[in-house]
Amino acid sequence: MKLELRGITKRFGPLVANDHIDLVVEEGEIHALLGENGAGKSTLMNVLFGLYTADEGTILLDDEVREFDGPGDALRAGIGMVHQHFMLVPVFTVAENVMLGHEETRGAGLLDLDAAREHVVALSKRFGFGLDPDAVVENLPVGVQQRVEIVKALARDAKVLILDEPTAVLTPQETDDLMEIMRQLAASGTSIVFITHKLREVQEVADRITVIRRGAVVGTAEPTAPVGELADMMVGRAVSLGVDKAPPQRGEETFHVSDLTVIDGVGNRVVDGVSFSIAQGEILAVAGVQGNGQTELTEAILGVQESAGGSITLDGRELRGLRPDQVLTAGVGFVPEDRTVDGLVLDFTVAENLVLDLVSRSPYSKGVAMNLAAIRSNADERIDEFDIRTQGPAEEVGRLSGGNQQKVVMARELSRSLKLFVASQPTRGVDVGSIEFLHKRIVAERDAGTPVMIISTELDEVAELADRIAVMYEGTIVGIVDADTPREVLGLMMAGVPLETARERATQHEGDDQ
Amino acid sequence: MSETTAPPPESQAPVPDKNLPEHTAGTGSRASQVLREVATGGFGVTVLAFVLALVVGAILILLVDPDVQEAAGYIFARPSDFFGAAWSAVSDAYSAMFRGAVVNYQATDAAGFFRPITETMTLATPLIIAALGVAVAFRAGLFNIGAQGQVIMGATLAGFLGFTWNLPAGIHLLFCLLGGIIAGGIWAGIAGFLKARTGAHEVIVTIMLNYIALYLLQYLLTTSAFATGNQPKSPSVASSAQLPLLLGDGFRLNAGFLLAIAAAVFVWWLMTRSTIGFQFRAVGSNAHAARTAGMNVTTTFILVMVVSGALAGLAGATQVLGTEKFLTDGIAGSLGFDAITVALLGRSKPMGIFFAGLLYGGLNVGGRVMEVSTGTPIDIVLVIQSLVVLFIAAPPLVRAIFHLPAPRGLSKGVAA
Repeated sequence: MKLELRGITKRFGPLVANDHIDLVVEEGEIHALLGENGAGKSTLMNVLFGLYTADEGTILLDDEVREFDGPGDALRAGIGMVHQHFMLVPVFTVAENVMLGHEETRGAGLLDLDAAREHVVALSKRFGFGLDPDAVVENLPVGVQQRVEIVKALARDAKVLILDEPTAVLTPQETDDLMEIMRQLAASGTSIVFITHKLREVQEVADRITVIRRGAVVGTAEPTAPVGELADMMVGRAVSLGVDKAPPQRGEETFHVSDLTVIDGVGNRVVDGVSFSIAQGEILAVAGVQGNGQTELTEAILGVQESAGGSITLDGRELRGLRPDQVLTAGVGFVPEDRTVDGLVLDFTVAENLVLDLVSRSPYSKGVAMNLAAIRSNADERIDEFDIRTQGPAEEVGRLSGGNQQKVVMARELSRSLKLFVASQPTRGVDVGSIEFLHKRIVAERDAGTPVMIISTELDEVAELADRIAVMYEGTIVGIVDADTPREVLGLMMAGVPLETARERATQHEGDDQ
Repeated sequence: MSETTAPPPESQAPVPDKNLPEHTAGTGSRASQVLREVATGGFGVTVLAFVLALVVGAILILLVDPDVQEAAGYIFARPSDFFGAAWSAVSDAYSAMFRGAVVNYQATDAAGFFRPITETMTLATPLIIAALGVAVAFRAGLFNIGAQGQVIMGATLAGFLGFTWNLPAGIHLLFCLLGGIIAGGIWAGIAGFLKARTGAHEVIVTIMLNYIALYLLQYLLTTSAFATGNQPKSPSVASSAQLPLLLGDGFRLNAGFLLAIAAAVFVWWLMTRSTIGFQFRAVGSNAHAARTAGMNVTTTFILVMVVSGALAGLAGATQVLGTEKFLTDGIAGSLGFDAITVALLGRSKPMGIFFAGLLYGGLNVGGRVMEVSTGTPIDIVLVIQSLVVLFIAAPPLVRAIFHLPAPRGLSKGVAA
């Protein structure tokens, strides 16, 4: 089915979220909608899906004007949507989730689960999804849950499939699988709108690319267009995708973790005898697929997670066993992996969030009395320094875009002098322009002589920032390697292959290619 | 010359608002912005909810008024009788309530004229203080249902110290007030401690502590230390421990009201100007982030409950040292529960609670006068109070009735 949007305009009060957007998606085409966070991609798709009513413009399906009054209409017209945050009932099985909302019954109101089951099996077989219709959704990996969402849409005869930031939650392997699925769906005639801000993926899978910036289409491109060009279109200026960083001036090794072990509630050794050291003026990046103990490692360093054994020393002082406030006071700057959960109080103001872990120190308070003037002037300075796009210090942080929220967290942690800087996923869900800025700040902190530890699941980020790379797998460090280690080697190590074997296999691989 | 460069409000403006005017300038005039704020914010809805509740109350008055019922019997023959009776029933009832709660314009002397408002203030005193306690817990994400028990414990210890000890005036009073504060604080602290240590939910624990407090007081009133003769009633507190009357012997209004004002100012300062309040609010809004920022969440739980209970205990102390003067098992009335309502009504803000407490006190005092002078059952007041809360809990309903715009963004045309 061919989808066409003509002159779609959507306003929220004074804000124009979509400004006369035109978009044509041919049948069987994978059309990437590329733009920074807050560019208006999701708004546009919500208009298409009937969640918002457009103020102007028309939607055409196979050259016929259609109007959708709610997602029900859109679904019936053959538009399916896979949201970034899945709309699945965790305790239901795959088949139950697929039939949810259009339950088939046989007589007497009995659910016809068999029909749904068959549906799942048929679709799963056709596209190689490998779904078990009786598996309970909450037990499935994220990537598989996403396939359930896709099957859900296909089961309702979706001819146009909207994927909203589908790779944000996936591991690299799962991302590859998803792209394969997208290609197959397109080959069978389904039109796909692929919303993303990841350039690499777009180039790999898209047939056409439409770039949106500040609510308007800034241009279309072929996937063969160079990455730099696409990034330029997205952010409206040249973005250097490689941070210029000088070789590290390694100083003394002041931060040591040795034989650190964390045991979770059910007895798993989620961090299993991890040891490493970081020198002043050096960035150690911890790479690995999400869920291999990185989170627990950082939380153990901060002291919010109890560790079962080992030691963590900073400048010779034992941090293990200290409370988080003591660890922070010891000079550790900490950026948690999920800013909206652990990093920010969303209904606090920007100014309040900028002193969240500093408020009981001078000059922000004297005794128990807060010094509002100091908090205020700190906010003004940080907003200026980090270019935080906000209406002002008194705006609620929850109303900022993801990138600006992340800047608030980073600004707070980098605003005092540090002896160690730990940042988890420092740029997750952050737009290209902000990524560049945040990366520069991290490198600047390193150049100021602070040992820096970055935890990232994005290899691009790891490659860009790291002076050395530690790869984690199932709670252990597989190896610590130089920053110029080839990606294939890193990829193999992330799958648990020891360094030497990974090197051999990678060279063998190259040999095969030649 | 130089003073013209900087606009005066800028210099002492507190943290909020500096950049707001610049931003909002684009969205419409300042006046319409303010109107919208009032209409969509808590205050406007609260006022309208009160108006709606009065309207429903009026309908109920009509339903129970015998004259109106009689006139309704021949409504088609002489509709004017019906509407006349209806008007007089409602206006009599509400004007009696006004005379009872605000000023009695039918009084012959100044004392009689002003007595109602002083009674309202007297009743509002413990309500305001206890509601401030409930609000502190609310803002920190805890639901302190136990104000009732904390009021009882506060009143019990304050009263006991009041009628057993002999201390110089003033010192004795402070001593008793402190006793009330500590008793309430400990009582709520138990719930905070159990939550922090074992994860026991504060709602359940505080409800149970309410019963324990009530039955403890009932038991104490049977012991020789508390009871006078065979009555379940304590001796009067010594005059050295009583809160001084503010307007002489003719009025019950006492210094407890000043304590209520002081408590409101204290809570405002605590929640908006102190690092402790910052921590309370942070834990209440996002305990994860608070913990990651180095705040001790479990200690905060205990501290919040202690502060909340201390205020409720102070409320109990003002009740026994200022108004009642002796202990009975009804010393707390339904104070602790009304305090929850007042805290909600005041949107957990000290200023809001102050006025909500006065409103609540006024409705109770006025209701009594209404019942005596017009025969309208005082239960109507309870209905009005309940309806106010109901309407406040459902702002969309109030907005729909008055055709008010929805808050933020979803503009659908401004009416009313």
